[in-house]
Amino acid sequence: MDCCCNNSDLSLIMPVLDKYADTKGSLITILQHAQEIYGYLPTDVIYYIADRIGESPAKVMGVATFYSQFRLKPVGKYLIMLCQGTACHVNGSQKIEQAISDELGIADGETSDDGLFTLKNVACLGCCSLSPVMMINGETYGRLTPDKAKEILRTLKEKAKEE
Amino acid sequence: MRIVVGQGSCGIAAGASKVYDAIEALIPNTDSELTFTGCIGMCFLEPIVDIYDGKELIKRLVKVQPTDAEKIIAFINGDKNAVNDIEICDDDKAFLEKQTRIALRHCGLINPEKIDEYIADDGYAALKKVLTTMTPEDVIDEIKLSGLAGRGGAGFPTWFKWNAARQSQGEEKYLICNADEGDPGAFMDRAVIESDPHNLIEGMLIGAYAIGAKEAVVYVRAEYPLAIIRLEKAIEQAKEKGLLGQNILGTDFSCEMRIKAGAGAFVCGEETALIESLQGERGMPRLKPPFPAQSGYWYKPSNINNVETFANVAWIMLNGGSAFSAMGTENSKGTKVFALTGKIKKGGLVEIPMGKTLRDVIFDIGGGIKNDAQFKAVQMGGPSGGCIPAHLLDTVIDYKALGATGAIMGSGGMVVMDESTCMVSMAQFFLDFTTKESCGKCIHCRIGTKRMNEILNRIVKGEGKDGDIELLEELCYSIKDGALCGLGQTAPNPVLTTIKYFRNEYEAHINEKKCPAHSCTELISYTINPELCKGCTLCARKCPVSAITGELKSAHKIDNDKCIKCGACYNNCKFNAITMD
Repeated sequence: MDCCCNNSDLSLIMPVLDKYADTKGSLITILQHAQEIYGYLPTDVIYYIADRIGESPAKVMGVATFYSQFRLKPVGKYLIMLCQGTACHVNGSQKIEQAISDELGIADGETSDDGLFTLKNVACLGCCSLSPVMMINGETYGRLTPDKAKEILRTLKEKAKEE
Repeated sequence: MRIVVGQGSCGIAAGASKVYDAIEALIPNTDSELTFTGCIGMCFLEPIVDIYDGKELIKRLVKVQPTDAEKIIAFINGDKNAVNDIEICDDDKAFLEKQTRIALRHCGLINPEKIDEYIADDGYAALKKVLTTMTPEDVIDEIKLSGLAGRGGAGFPTWFKWNAARQSQGEEKYLICNADEGDPGAFMDRAVIESDPHNLIEGMLIGAYAIGAKEAVVYVRAEYPLAIIRLEKAIEQAKEKGLLGQNILGTDFSCEMRIKAGAGAFVCGEETALIESLQGERGMPRLKPPFPAQSGYWYKPSNINNVETFANVAWIMLNGGSAFSAMGTENSKGTKVFALTGKIKKGGLVEIPMGKTLRDVIFDIGGGIKNDAQFKAVQMGGPSGGCIPAHLLDTVIDYKALGATGAIMGSGGMVVMDESTCMVSMAQFFLDFTTKESCGKCIHCRIGTKRMNEILNRIVKGEGKDGDIELLEELCYSIKDGALCGLGQTAPNPVLTTIKYFRNEYEAHINEKKCPAHSCTELISYTINPELCKGCTLCARKCPVSAITGELKSAHKIDNDKCIKCGACYNNCKFNAITMD
């Protein structure tokens, strides 16, 4: 895990805070922008946001940990969002999770040693008719089988190697 | 001719964008136009391409691949038979023909990113009628006449909420749309926003006029990026046309609208939790009363309705409340949209008048169960709902009748299950969900769901004890009594309904350590029938943990201590020599 005194470039978040810091009720919006900028919410950024909006870091942390969208750790190059909705569950999402774990050696919430993949179980993605489904960096892969899921991950690994 | 590619999230996930690109590359060779629409609703046939001649749909092509682009171009260039192999069959056509579409009336027909197409199809005519000929009280009366009730699940009369907000004192009022569609297995609201965003905007503006709000907010799930993009575009276009903002359509009525993206919390579907989240706080429900109509967003009078509720409003204003209430049953009026998924042949969006039966939806429209398996149950209402068993298939779709089964109408998720679904494991799945999603405010919900989840976990692992069922029931009733909000009050429903209708499955898990559906891996055992085994060695080679031994051409054996119950042997045996118990 990253050190807590990570030296994030705070100038990146300044324009966001200039725009929203004085508008009441904007904390979630600010955190969403921060995560878009840094890929996650580094501790020093959380402190900085708290300072700018005049709240305690505990309060900001409280909001950040309440919502599943926010991450406190960096993620891999590819973020695998595996749908755990009802339709996916009925159609075998557990087997897909097992296949991903077998292929990458990671469980829910973990990042692979090579820093390429992070697995995150998510609530319904809303593509129920294509279940089981996973979304990797915004692209949806449907009608998965364990073999198909492994194949997709291998292709991405190859792609990353070439880059 | 006009070629229209269905590009809702489901269609895109199935490859519609690639199909669009492939056609786009060839379209310059024709005099046809290429465009797209939102969700047509037949998810099981995606990607779908429609070909129109003027206003008439002349071909509907299904499961289209990018390689089919040349055929499509050949067809529009005059080769009448070019697309015969990908044309929809009559049986599948019936999926839409059997529906009555009001909330979804434009879905799949117009381009959601072009306001002119919406306007050409009676769009914003209701708003004009309301603003120029009706008082806010008239609007509320018309909604009362229609019998429209909240489509988010609770079924509370819409006119009552509007009227309460209207009657509340204060100049500053807010209208909020709940588009935080969190029920796993439900995607009706997403489809409406992605396919017909102006219908939502129009319904909201009429609502804002009725209650006297000058500001409207749509709270959308962050997991729906496409819906957010299309709604943003629609809001911009409506502003440009003077349909949103100051002095709408030249009248005294002004209303601003904005989007707030949620950050992933199921509890934010509860209206007071949603308000807390809108204010940038942790989404924890407030004590009621005061109700949002008195003290909501920023403690001002506020009204919150679901997407589908608003999607019916413009139609009601144009066609009259009595036309809407003519459909449905005594206590449930109009239509309801369902997201039909799970082990169903034809999954997708189904809008039907209230009063139809579950059998009508699942068998008549949905075509029955995948692979012609045996229908076991249908789950309605997600984590707040319950499982309705096969013998109640003729239950009518009506708030009261569904409530009597122990399930609820819910927001519209309808997940179909066959005999391979274990009902105990299903209950455990939902409790796992509510345990994680409980906001933690009430002890009964926070700790009670956790304890229930632990007990269910034990049962599916074969470690259930005598008295577990009774203990579960006791916990269910105390959580229902002790929780503040709808999440906790309804969290026990999946357990209560499965105990009510499938108690034998619980007992088999606890007493015999067996899973009748052969779904709970810890309770399955595999054996090889020596009479049928040919000694081909395939299973031994497929076994990932080398639990199978035996010589070539002689019967093999499974060492159950080593077996990890992955089923690889069972799935690969060509002689049906392996039995699962």
